[in-house]
Amino acid sequence: MSASDWREQLASSVQSTSAESMPGLAPAQLLHVSAADWGKLARVAKELGCRWVAGWGEDRAEEILVNACLEKKGAYMIARARLDHTAVTLPSHTPYYAAASRSERHTRDLVGVHFSEHPDARRWTRHQAWAEHAYPLRKEFAAAGAPPLQTPPDDSYPFLQAHGSGVYEIPVGPVHAGIIEPGHFRFQAVGELVLNLEEHLGYVHKGIEKIAEGRDAAALARLAGRISGDCTVAHTWAACMAMERASSLDVPERAHYVRAIMCERERVANHLGDIGAVLNDVAFTFGFYQFARLREDWTRLSHALLGHRFMMDRIIPGGVAVDLDPAGIDAMREQIRALRPEVEQLIAIAEDNASIEDRLETTGYLDPVLAAELGTLGYVGRASGIDFDVRRDVPYPPYDRLEVAVPVYHYGDVAARVKVRGAETLFAFELIERLLLALPDGSIANPWQPPASELEGIGLVEGWRGEILTYVRFDSAGKITRFYPRDPSWLNWPALEKLMRDNIVPDFPVCNKSVNGSYSGHDL
Amino acid sequence: MLRILGKVRHLGVISESLEPDDEAALTQIGAQLQARVGERFGGSLAIRQVDAGSCNGCELEIHALNNPYYGIERFGVHFVASPRHADMLLVTGPVSRHMEAALRRTYEATPSPKLVIAVGECGACGGEFGISYASCGAVANVIPVDAVIPGCPPTPLALLHGILQAIGRRATR
Ligand code: SF4
Repeated sequence: MSASDWREQLASSVQSTSAESMPGLAPAQLLHVSAADWGKLARVAKELGCRWVAGWGEDRAEEILVNACLEKKGAYMIARARLDHTAVTLPSHTPYYAAASRSERHTRDLVGVHFSEHPDARRWTRHQAWAEHAYPLRKEFAAAGAPPLQTPPDDSYPFLQAHGSGVYEIPVGPVHAGIIEPGHFRFQAVGELVLNLEEHLGYVHKGIEKIAEGRDAAALARLAGRISGDCTVAHTWAACMAMERASSLDVPERAHYVRAIMCERERVANHLGDIGAVLNDVAFTFGFYQFARLREDWTRLSHALLGHRFMMDRIIPGGVAVDLDPAGIDAMREQIRALRPEVEQLIAIAEDNASIEDRLETTGYLDPVLAAELGTLGYVGRASGIDFDVRRDVPYPPYDRLEVAVPVYHYGDVAARVKVRGAETLFAFELIERLLLALPDGSIANPWQPPASELEGIGLVEGWRGEILTYVRFDSAGKITRFYPRDPSWLNWPALEKLMRDNIVPDFPVCNKSVNGSYSGHDL
Repeated sequence: MLRILGKVRHLGVISESLEPDDEAALTQIGAQLQARVGERFGGSLAIRQVDAGSCNGCELEIHALNNPYYGIERFGVHFVASPRHADMLLVTGPVSRHMEAALRRTYEATPSPKLVIAVGECGACGGEFGISYASCGAVANVIPVDAVIPGCPPTPLALLHGILQAIGRRATR
């Protein structure tokens, strides 16, 4: 059975107009589904074993569109329902896909689509900055909005409650004790044992989807680079890929390679820093300082060769803004030669240490079945048996020319997540070496041309956290009218709630760090 | 254990082994910082960092201040968990409207006299996000700000420099 057979099966099971291929949306196919069959679509997709990837709404002058993206075996499908402005209701996908829950609540808060049978009627992204029946992503809503003089605190969010003798609650955040992003965590615990953890996010909602509207391609790339600073390269790449597909613009070969080199460098920098931080959370400060040192070395070379410590704004629509010269190529190779044995040695030291083993093994266990149900991505998924990586399974240039090894474990604990990240770091070294070796000659960017008509595109990139899906649509003047970047954190935050259960409260920092969701990437 | 000790011994102290120009700058900034912290904050400057809406890029560089190259603690500067223990707030991001109340409360909880530094383009002027239904823009639009450290994000050296300037300014007020 070919990978795309499920798409035909799915299309024939609901009232739909036959699947179309739109060049900008490749590798996904577009399927128009009747609103009445929207729920059935999810039921059948679930039966067929599809993964729920992303959902987003869009206000078009004449109608409201709701999209849900599904995937199986590297084949993607975007299902789309069209709604009249007077009846903005659709059956929810959440009864079949837990992954859809927060996304649908976000769409409800921002686009004003009501999802019937959604099990959770509470708001999600909206706190107190705009009124309940105002929807920022509707076209009549001005980006400036009409905010109150001072936005009140959001202290009325109805958290789940636990009752029983000895049960108590610990509220944490939004301002945390360390240097980390803001969010609220509500624990219900008995003694040290966590019965339940509930997240309340949205604190760093900056209106990214709204302020994207009306931007030209270059300005959208800059904004995409600030969705989540720690994966600025991957998000900018995904946004540029979506725009380039929409306008059928080719990117020079050399630019593909430089993009991938930067994306792999970003993966290494974050993996190194986070492995150190996990070790720090179990009081192994030696490991923390060693990995922090390597991360700093790595970051400095990015600055020296590519002009920015995090390589922000180096990817532009049509290519890249910075080139590598032979001396730079040598410097990168040299650094990898020096760092590889150090990383190997440090990983071995950490893995052989009994007290680290004691703290990390079985801690924060995410069951593989649950991981699949939640649509968990990246190293969190791969530590719980989910064998998926966009670079290998839906390869985009230059990965279509490379063999990508994907480390997968089934233990599902903090130790496994660290293991995956160690293996990915070492493999990224190899990938960078191969990319440098095969770096094609030629130009590094083609001039940007906006699409001639109102075209759409998607970008799919394996960032260091996992699959990023970005959707763009241009208006007839070549400006952005819809931008939706789905960071992998959307799918991984719910996993943190689940994997904290039956762990002790003091292990929350290490569990949280082992997942390391982006608040900013999620809150948008 | 032997491997750990071996590694530590082999590596030695790296806190000063910066690139030549960086090293000079860091040594100089560090010495000044230490002197001012000594004079004005009894040898210890306590900073509470608040992410009021940042993209997290600024946080990564603030984190870097604690890595062994910059090792900011050796100058008497340390990050504390509560605003009630802080002399200074280091605030990043455009202030999202959803963080506005939390930022005000953090400011109020910080004992006077207190210093506020707005970090990054976003903290300084709203950056790429500006002012909107969801963003208040610059930190100064929400709480009084004593100094800004521009940059997207500012490098660790720029952060050290900015902190130094801010505590210098305090003395002349
Ligand atoms: S200044 Fe730059 S790095 Fe800092 S929060 Fe703003 S966009 Fe992110």
